[in-house]
Amino acid sequence: MTSNKAEEILETLWITLEEKKKSSVVAADIGLTAEDTSLPELISSKLVTVAPDLKIVLTENGRKYGRSIVRRHRLAERLLEDVLDVKGDILNKKACEFEHILHQGIDDKICALLGHPKLCPHGHEIPSGECCEKKSLHLKIVSPLSGLTPGQSGKIAYVHSKDDEKIQKIIAIGGFPGTKITLLQSFPSFLFKIGNSEFAVDESIAEDIFVRLDDEENKNGQSAVSRKNAYRVIFCTLWFG
Amino acid sequence: MDTIGDGSISMKNGASQNSKRDRKRGKILIVGSPNVGKSVVFNNLTGAYATVSNYPGTTVEISKGTGKIDNTDYEVFDCPGMYSLLPITEEERVSQKMILNEKTDVILHVTDAKNIERMLPFTFQLIEAGLPVILVLNIMDEAEKLGIDIDSKKLEAELGIPVVPAISVTKHGMKHLRNVIAHYLPAKPYLVTYDGIVEEAVARMQELLKGGYPVSKRAVALLLLQNDSETRKIVESKESDIEGIRSIIRELAGKVRYSVNYSLSVRRHQVATAIGKRFLTHSGVAAEKSFREILSRITMNPWTGFPILLLILYFGLYKFVGGIGAGVIVDFLENTIFEKYVTPHVTNFVEALVPWPVLRSLFVGEYGIITLGIRYAVAIILPIVGTFFIVFAIIEDSGYLPRLSMLMDRLFKKIGLSGRAVIPMVLGLGCDTMAIMVTRTLATKRERIIATLLLSLAIPCSAQIGVIMSLFGEENSTGLLIWAAIITAIFLLVGYLVSKVLPGDEPVFFMEVPPLRMPKLSNVIIKTYTRMEWYFMEVCPLFILASVLIWLGQITGIFETVVSLFVYPVRLLDMPDKSAVAFFFGFFRRDYGAAGLYDLKKAGLLNGNQILVACVTLTLFLPCIAQFIMNIKERGWKTGVGISIFVLVFSFGAGYAVNTILLVCGIQL
Repeated sequence: MTSNKAEEILETLWITLEEKKKSSVVAADIGLTAEDTSLPELISSKLVTVAPDLKIVLTENGRKYGRSIVRRHRLAERLLEDVLDVKGDILNKKACEFEHILHQGIDDKICALLGHPKLCPHGHEIPSGECCEKKSLHLKIVSPLSGLTPGQSGKIAYVHSKDDEKIQKIIAIGGFPGTKITLLQSFPSFLFKIGNSEFAVDESIAEDIFVRLDDEENKNGQSAVSRKNAYRVIFCTLWFG
Repeated sequence: MDTIGDGSISMKNGASQNSKRDRKRGKILIVGSPNVGKSVVFNNLTGAYATVSNYPGTTVEISKGTGKIDNTDYEVFDCPGMYSLLPITEEERVSQKMILNEKTDVILHVTDAKNIERMLPFTFQLIEAGLPVILVLNIMDEAEKLGIDIDSKKLEAELGIPVVPAISVTKHGMKHLRNVIAHYLPAKPYLVTYDGIVEEAVARMQELLKGGYPVSKRAVALLLLQNDSETRKIVESKESDIEGIRSIIRELAGKVRYSVNYSLSVRRHQVATAIGKRFLTHSGVAAEKSFREILSRITMNPWTGFPILLLILYFGLYKFVGGIGAGVIVDFLENTIFEKYVTPHVTNFVEALVPWPVLRSLFVGEYGIITLGIRYAVAIILPIVGTFFIVFAIIEDSGYLPRLSMLMDRLFKKIGLSGRAVIPMVLGLGCDTMAIMVTRTLATKRERIIATLLLSLAIPCSAQIGVIMSLFGEENSTGLLIWAAIITAIFLLVGYLVSKVLPGDEPVFFMEVPPLRMPKLSNVIIKTYTRMEWYFMEVCPLFILASVLIWLGQITGIFETVVSLFVYPVRLLDMPDKSAVAFFFGFFRRDYGAAGLYDLKKAGLLNGNQILVACVTLTLFLPCIAQFIMNIKERGWKTGVGISIFVLVFSFGAGYAVNTILLVCGIQL
């Protein structure tokens, strides 16, 4: 088991080397001193190696591990902000503590709970897990609009999109955090009610609007999920080959 | 006190301007989201008619009219709908330019009262720009039905701008509005304050902006920070410290969580919601599932929606336009009115009056102005187009079109278009030239090019459809079905291939779905009439011109030469030589060409195969010279001409292919 301090170091290394694509890092760059035991710990766990010119290099395992820590940290941020309503400076601090708990599959469960988010609250990409590919549905709390069942409603938690034009369309619809939204239909397009208007959007917009589900609808909605998917398959085959 | 700066015109100035207005003309600009009744307000203020529809995107150009309020003449401008000061589509860009550059006396921000919280952010932006805004709370009746009550007096006091509740369709509140316009005195309006970092950036930006702008520098700074391309262009042409400006934009973009645009919008939304909480009361009328809502649902459910679409097509297009328009009415006008009365009488009259046979044939010959030009226009084309426009007006007024968009989006994505393109496509079945104009409501250039190409190639206009239906006639419905299948296949195939070839992103679809409304008879009549008038004015001169040109051509012998050139491609399609004339005129108007075929068929010169080949070829032809010009106007020289040449080559190729397949398979229709 790697210590929390070592995990933090590994996290920083991963962000610097893998995400920001810096060519090299030496111990001093990330504030490591000679008496720090984290680096030796990481080396003995075969997560990093130190080249003769003192550059720190991630091993294959180190890369995987680092990626998973970053994933856990950013999921923790989403969890804290979207579900527990933690905001501001304490968000990052608490996320740093949280990330160490989300081991052994808990991260995937949280990820499903949050509707497999793609970006953290600061707009950084959340490394995806196996669960994201499978789109596994456990009990959901936050879900993209496209994952709702017709009849389900909730409040918009946040909007994720890096595309300016899409954002502009979401603004036109009135898709802002805190606004109540009810999905009315999910095929062939997503039809929903927001305020006193109805809008139709395609999947690419519906995927970008994340909704914190209302409690009661949440329970009823679950059983309908498989039914909805069955409908979809039938429709797609019928109309579009 | 006397300076007119940043829109906060002082009382004294306002008053003196007012007295001056008695002599000079004032300007009123109408803006707001789509489908909130801007055009109805425009009609009320001007007495002119702008097309009103129950779907977003009817006003694709700025309509201009004049009206009189309290002895002052006003020019009134109705802008295409837009959701915020930052445009999404081309027609919204037009509105934005109008708002930012045109000096107006008042700007009416027309809103849907039941969605006022969603619309207020745009009001804030207009106020920010220092513009003389009047907020019109329209469609108050629907808000009342939902149990929403707005304290407009208190809202007025809070915002510092006049707020006028109205129901524009019943003219309720219009008198009050005129009064407010006539006595408009700007006060100190409400300004939204943004986050500290934004305000700091705005302040720094305002310092750098030295040039003169028609709107407030605060608005210019905010638009710049939101990366608005139009504003950036203007500012970069006026300012010296462009690097400084850019660095402020970059800096802020790095500091905010979302895009600057979204962050500012979130803030405006918060303020709007807070204001809504204070001045709006919901008496909580339980929303029961009305018949209207159930009907709305079944038009959008794919199980029921597609059958409903087929029913509309069958009864609306096939039975009404094809059966009644192209059948009964054309029959009556053509065989009774023209053949029995007009043609013989006019012929006698002209023969008695004009001694020279050459001049006679200009009016009553084989291609005479009256016997051909006017007859085609009045007896064949107009009834068909007219009946189509009636059907279209009913569909349009009911609010069915956005539902159809919603239903078709997924399918349209396969041909590189979004569901929004359904509206120009359906309109194209009436008149492709009108439809090309409406492609402005599509968000990307790529979509507009694909839509223009498909409209030019594979969407037959109502005149053509009508003539084609009567060409096949009741006895040859197999031919009609094959024709429809071929055209549909070409539409989908060409769309699919072009969307693969053309670079650019997939379109993103969003559309407001307005409530279904019972079509209003007066609306249907006015809309049909305006469109028919437009169409007739467009067609009739061209038809007469065609008669004159043929006449001139016949006298000089040019006509024979040109037609004889056309005989070769026509023979390639196994068509009788006489049809060369129809094809030649198909270049000018394909409905004219189709009507020419109708004459040939009546003379018994065409067999089933020839009719099919001719119909396929002429359907794919460019609809008319007017559309050719519109293609160039809307898409530019290169694309416009390119599309037209492609369409020409493709249509003959397709005709040839169909004929060959029929021959090889030994099919005789």
